[in-house]
Amino acid sequence: MHPGLMRDGFALAGVLFALGVVGVLVRRNILFMLMSIEVMLNAAGLAFVVAGERWGRPDGQVVFLFILAMAAAEVSVGLALVLELYHQNKSLDTDAASRMKG
Amino acid sequence: MTVVFYVAGAVAVVATILMLAQTHAVHALLYLIVSLLGVAIVFYTLGAPFVAALEVIIYAGAIMVLFVFVVMLLNLGEQAVRAERALLAPSMWAGPLILAAILIAEFLYPTVQGGVLRSTPVTIGPGEVGASLFGPYLIGVELASMLLLAGLVGAYHLGWRRTPKGEAC
Repeated sequence: MHPGLMRDGFALAGVLFALGVVGVLVRRNILFMLMSIEVMLNAAGLAFVVAGERWGRPDGQVVFLFILAMAAAEVSVGLALVLELYHQNKSLDTDAASRMKG
Repeated sequence: MTVVFYVAGAVAVVATILMLAQTHAVHALLYLIVSLLGVAIVFYTLGAPFVAALEVIIYAGAIMVLFVFVVMLLNLGEQAVRAERALLAPSMWAGPLILAAILIAEFLYPTVQGGVLRSTPVTIGPGEVGASLFGPYLIGVELASMLLLAGLVGAYHLGWRRTPKGEAC
Protein backbone atom coordinates (compact mmCIF):
# COMPACT_ATOMS: atom_id res chain seq x y z
CA MET A 1 0.00 0.00 0.00
CA HIS A 2 0.98 3.58 -0.73
CA PRO A 3 2.39 4.98 2.55
CA GLY A 4 0.53 8.27 2.11
CA LEU A 5 -2.73 6.36 1.78
CA MET A 6 -2.11 4.53 5.05
CA ARG A 7 -1.33 7.81 6.81
CA ASP A 8 -4.48 9.41 5.44
CA GLY A 9 -6.58 6.37 6.35
CA PHE A 10 -5.41 6.63 9.95
CA ALA A 11 -5.98 10.40 9.84
CA LEU A 12 -9.57 9.82 8.66
CA ALA A 13 -10.11 7.30 11.47
CA GLY A 14 -8.67 9.80 13.97
CA VAL A 15 -10.87 12.65 12.76
CA LEU A 16 -14.01 10.49 12.88
CA PHE A 17 -13.13 9.26 16.37
CA ALA A 18 -12.53 12.83 17.58
CA LEU A 19 -15.91 13.89 16.15
CA GLY A 20 -17.53 11.03 18.08
CA VAL A 21 -15.83 12.14 21.30
CA VAL A 22 -17.01 15.72 20.71
CA GLY A 23 -20.54 14.43 20.16
CA VAL A 24 -20.59 12.49 23.43
CA LEU A 25 -19.19 15.47 25.35
CA VAL A 26 -21.33 18.20 23.78
CA ARG A 27 -24.75 16.66 23.24
CA ARG A 28 -27.01 15.89 26.20
CA ASN A 29 -29.67 13.96 24.28
CA ILE A 30 -29.00 10.29 24.92
CA LEU A 31 -29.91 9.28 21.34
CA PHE A 32 -27.23 11.61 19.97
CA MET A 33 -24.73 10.24 22.48
CA LEU A 34 -25.46 6.68 21.27
CA MET A 35 -25.03 7.79 17.65
CA SER A 36 -21.69 9.39 18.53
CA ILE A 37 -20.61 6.12 20.14
CA GLU A 38 -21.46 4.37 16.85
CA VAL A 39 -19.25 6.87 15.01
CA MET A 40 -16.38 6.12 17.42
CA LEU A 41 -16.75 2.34 17.03
CA ASN A 42 -16.81 2.75 13.27
CA ALA A 43 -13.65 4.87 13.35
CA ALA A 44 -11.86 2.25 15.45
CA GLY A 45 -12.90 -0.42 12.93
CA LEU A 46 -11.62 1.75 10.08
CA ALA A 47 -8.22 1.99 11.78
CA PHE A 48 -8.10 -1.82 12.10
CA VAL A 49 -9.00 -2.34 8.43
CA VAL A 50 -6.38 0.20 7.28
CA ALA A 51 -3.73 -1.52 9.37
CA GLY A 52 -4.78 -4.94 8.07
CA GLU A 53 -4.52 -3.74 4.47
CA ARG A 54 -1.11 -2.25 5.17
CA TRP A 55 0.27 -5.73 5.95
CA GLY A 56 -1.92 -7.50 3.39
CA ARG A 57 -3.47 -9.66 6.12
CA PRO A 58 -7.18 -10.43 6.76
CA ASP A 59 -6.81 -9.91 10.55
CA GLY A 60 -7.90 -6.28 10.40
CA GLN A 61 -11.17 -7.25 8.73
CA VAL A 62 -11.72 -10.04 11.28
CA VAL A 63 -11.41 -7.52 14.13
CA PHE A 64 -13.84 -5.25 12.29
CA LEU A 65 -16.36 -8.11 12.28
CA PHE A 66 -15.95 -8.46 16.06
CA ILE A 67 -16.48 -4.70 16.46
CA LEU A 68 -19.62 -5.04 14.32
CA ALA A 69 -21.00 -7.80 16.57
CA MET A 70 -20.15 -5.74 19.65
CA ALA A 71 -21.87 -2.67 18.20
CA ALA A 72 -25.01 -4.70 17.47
CA ALA A 73 -25.17 -6.01 21.07
CA GLU A 74 -24.43 -2.56 22.48
CA VAL A 75 -27.13 -0.88 20.38
CA SER A 76 -29.82 -3.40 21.30
CA VAL A 77 -29.23 -3.02 25.05
CA GLY A 78 -28.63 0.75 24.75
CA LEU A 79 -31.86 1.40 22.89
CA ALA A 80 -33.83 -0.72 25.37
CA LEU A 81 -32.33 1.48 28.12
CA VAL A 82 -33.30 4.61 26.13
CA LEU A 83 -36.92 3.43 26.00
CA GLU A 84 -36.84 2.71 29.74
CA LEU A 85 -35.35 6.15 30.48
CA TYR A 86 -38.03 7.81 28.38
CA HIS A 87 -40.82 5.93 30.18
CA GLN A 88 -39.45 6.96 33.58
CA ASN A 89 -38.50 10.58 32.92
CA LYS A 90 -40.54 11.52 29.82
CA SER A 91 -37.32 13.04 28.56
CA LEU A 92 -34.23 11.97 26.66
CA ASP A 93 -32.00 14.45 28.48
CA THR A 94 -29.29 12.63 30.40
CA ASP A 95 -29.23 15.36 33.06
CA ALA A 96 -32.79 14.35 33.98
CA ALA A 97 -31.40 10.96 35.03
CA SER A 98 -28.44 12.21 37.05
CA ARG A 99 -29.75 10.83 40.36
CA MET A 100 -30.10 7.22 41.36
CA LYS A 101 -33.32 6.02 43.03
CA GLY A 102 -35.27 9.05 41.78
CA MET B 1 -8.35 5.81 -8.02
CA THR B 2 -6.92 7.46 -4.93
CA VAL B 3 -9.23 10.44 -5.43
CA VAL B 4 -12.24 8.20 -4.69
CA PHE B 5 -10.74 7.45 -1.28
CA TYR B 6 -10.31 11.14 -0.46
CA VAL B 7 -13.75 12.21 -1.68
CA ALA B 8 -15.48 9.38 0.23
CA GLY B 9 -13.51 10.22 3.37
CA ALA B 10 -14.42 13.90 3.04
CA VAL B 11 -18.10 13.00 2.61
CA ALA B 12 -17.93 10.84 5.74
CA VAL B 13 -16.36 13.65 7.80
CA VAL B 14 -18.78 16.31 6.52
CA ALA B 15 -21.78 14.06 7.17
CA THR B 16 -20.56 13.35 10.72
CA ILE B 17 -20.10 17.07 11.45
CA LEU B 18 -23.60 17.82 10.10
CA MET B 19 -24.97 14.95 12.21
CA LEU B 20 -23.62 16.57 15.36
CA ALA B 21 -25.17 19.91 14.40
CA GLN B 22 -28.73 18.59 14.00
CA THR B 23 -31.49 19.04 16.53
CA HIS B 24 -33.93 16.54 15.03
CA ALA B 25 -33.02 12.90 15.66
CA VAL B 26 -34.24 11.62 12.26
CA HIS B 27 -32.06 14.20 10.48
CA ALA B 28 -29.05 13.18 12.46
CA LEU B 29 -29.78 9.53 11.59
CA LEU B 30 -29.88 10.35 7.87
CA TYR B 31 -26.48 12.05 8.11
CA LEU B 32 -25.09 9.17 10.17
CA ILE B 33 -26.21 6.69 7.49
CA VAL B 34 -24.48 8.78 4.81
CA SER B 35 -21.35 8.84 6.96
CA LEU B 36 -21.40 5.04 7.27
CA LEU B 37 -21.88 4.68 3.50
CA GLY B 38 -18.86 6.96 2.96
CA VAL B 39 -16.75 4.76 5.23
CA ALA B 40 -18.02 1.72 3.29
CA ILE B 41 -16.65 3.20 0.05
CA VAL B 42 -13.37 3.93 1.83
CA PHE B 43 -13.22 0.22 2.76
CA TYR B 44 -13.87 -0.71 -0.86
CA THR B 45 -11.09 1.52 -2.17
CA LEU B 46 -8.71 0.07 0.41
CA GLY B 47 -9.30 -3.41 -1.04
CA ALA B 48 -11.68 -4.80 1.61
CA PRO B 49 -14.92 -5.47 -0.36
CA PHE B 50 -16.36 -7.96 2.17
CA VAL B 51 -16.19 -5.51 5.05
CA ALA B 52 -17.59 -2.76 2.79
CA ALA B 53 -20.64 -4.92 2.04
CA LEU B 54 -21.11 -5.75 5.74
CA GLU B 55 -20.83 -2.08 6.65
CA VAL B 56 -23.73 -1.30 4.31
CA ILE B 57 -25.85 -4.35 5.19
CA ILE B 58 -25.37 -4.53 8.97
CA TYR B 59 -24.31 -1.04 10.08
CA ALA B 60 -26.24 1.20 7.69
CA GLY B 61 -29.00 -1.39 7.31
CA ALA B 62 -29.78 -3.29 10.49
CA ILE B 63 -28.35 -1.14 13.29
CA MET B 64 -29.64 2.14 11.86
CA VAL B 65 -33.10 0.59 11.37
CA LEU B 66 -33.10 -0.15 15.12
CA PHE B 67 -32.37 3.53 15.78
CA VAL B 68 -35.16 4.61 13.41
CA PHE B 69 -37.62 2.27 15.16
CA VAL B 70 -36.79 3.71 18.58
CA VAL B 71 -37.04 7.30 17.32
CA MET B 72 -40.43 6.49 15.83
CA LEU B 73 -41.56 4.80 19.08
CA LEU B 74 -40.57 7.80 21.18
CA ASN B 75 -42.75 10.47 19.59
CA LEU B 76 -46.33 9.36 19.26
CA GLY B 77 -49.50 11.38 18.85
CA GLU B 78 -50.29 14.69 17.22
CA GLN B 79 -46.76 16.00 17.53
CA ALA B 80 -45.54 13.04 15.51
CA VAL B 81 -47.94 13.85 12.67
CA ARG B 82 -46.57 17.38 12.48
CA ALA B 83 -43.02 16.04 12.60
CA GLU B 84 -43.88 13.58 9.83
CA ARG B 85 -45.18 16.40 7.64
CA ALA B 86 -42.06 18.43 8.35
CA LEU B 87 -39.91 15.46 7.30
CA LEU B 88 -41.31 15.64 3.78
CA ALA B 89 -40.05 19.23 3.28
CA PRO B 90 -37.10 19.34 0.87
CA SER B 91 -34.86 21.18 3.33
CA MET B 92 -35.00 18.06 5.50
CA TRP B 93 -33.66 15.55 3.02
CA ALA B 94 -31.71 17.71 0.57
CA GLY B 95 -28.43 17.61 2.50
CA PRO B 96 -28.20 13.82 2.95
CA LEU B 97 -29.43 13.36 -0.64
CA ILE B 98 -26.62 15.53 -2.08
CA LEU B 99 -23.94 13.74 -0.04
CA ALA B 100 -25.34 10.31 -0.99
CA ALA B 101 -25.46 11.40 -4.67
CA ILE B 102 -21.73 12.21 -4.49
CA LEU B 103 -21.07 8.70 -3.17
CA ILE B 104 -23.21 7.07 -5.88
CA ALA B 105 -21.49 9.11 -8.61
CA GLU B 106 -18.17 8.02 -7.20
CA PHE B 107 -19.27 4.40 -7.30
CA LEU B 108 -20.81 4.54 -10.79
CA TYR B 109 -18.20 6.58 -12.67
CA PRO B 110 -15.32 4.06 -12.54
CA THR B 111 -17.74 1.20 -13.20
CA VAL B 112 -19.04 2.86 -16.38
CA GLN B 113 -15.50 3.74 -17.44
CA GLY B 114 -14.53 0.09 -17.00
CA GLY B 115 -11.85 0.91 -14.45
CA VAL B 116 -11.43 -0.36 -10.92
CA LEU B 117 -12.37 1.50 -7.75
CA ARG B 118 -9.48 0.21 -5.64
CA SER B 119 -6.50 2.34 -4.78
CA THR B 120 -4.41 -0.61 -3.57
CA PRO B 121 -3.14 -3.53 -5.65
CA VAL B 122 -4.03 -6.14 -3.01
CA THR B 123 -7.65 -7.16 -2.43
CA ILE B 124 -8.46 -9.33 0.59
CA GLY B 125 -11.72 -11.03 -0.27
CA PRO B 126 -14.32 -12.89 1.80
CA GLY B 127 -12.51 -16.22 1.35
CA GLU B 128 -9.38 -15.16 3.19
CA VAL B 129 -11.38 -13.35 5.88
CA GLY B 130 -13.56 -16.43 6.42
CA ALA B 131 -10.56 -18.76 6.58
CA SER B 132 -8.96 -16.51 9.19
CA LEU B 133 -12.23 -16.01 11.11
CA PHE B 134 -12.91 -19.73 11.49
CA GLY B 135 -9.24 -20.67 11.84
CA PRO B 136 -7.11 -18.79 14.38
CA TYR B 137 -10.01 -16.56 15.52
CA LEU B 138 -12.53 -19.34 16.20
CA ILE B 139 -12.58 -18.63 19.92
CA GLY B 140 -13.40 -15.00 19.13
CA VAL B 141 -16.38 -16.11 17.06
CA GLU B 142 -17.67 -18.17 19.98
CA LEU B 143 -17.21 -15.25 22.36
CA ALA B 144 -19.02 -12.92 19.90
CA SER B 145 -21.95 -15.36 19.77
CA MET B 146 -22.12 -15.36 23.58
CA LEU B 147 -22.00 -11.56 23.59
CA LEU B 148 -24.87 -11.40 21.09
CA LEU B 149 -26.89 -13.84 23.21
CA ALA B 150 -26.25 -11.68 26.28
CA GLY B 151 -27.36 -8.62 24.31
CA LEU B 152 -30.53 -10.39 23.22
CA VAL B 153 -31.40 -11.50 26.76
CA GLY B 154 -30.56 -8.04 28.15
CA ALA B 155 -32.72 -6.22 25.62
CA TYR B 156 -35.58 -8.64 26.23
CA HIS B 157 -35.33 -8.17 29.99
CA LEU B 158 -35.23 -4.36 29.74
CA GLY B 159 -38.12 -4.28 27.30
CA TRP B 160 -40.29 -6.49 29.52
CA ARG B 161 -42.92 -4.10 30.84
CA ARG B 162 -44.60 -4.88 34.15
CA THR B 163 -48.14 -3.89 35.08
CA PRO B 164 -48.77 -2.63 38.65
CA LYS B 165 -49.92 -6.13 39.62
CA GLY B 166 -46.51 -7.47 38.70
CA GLU B 167 -47.80 -9.35 35.68
CA ALA B 168 -45.97 -9.17 32.41
CA CYS B 169 -47.96 -7.81 29.52
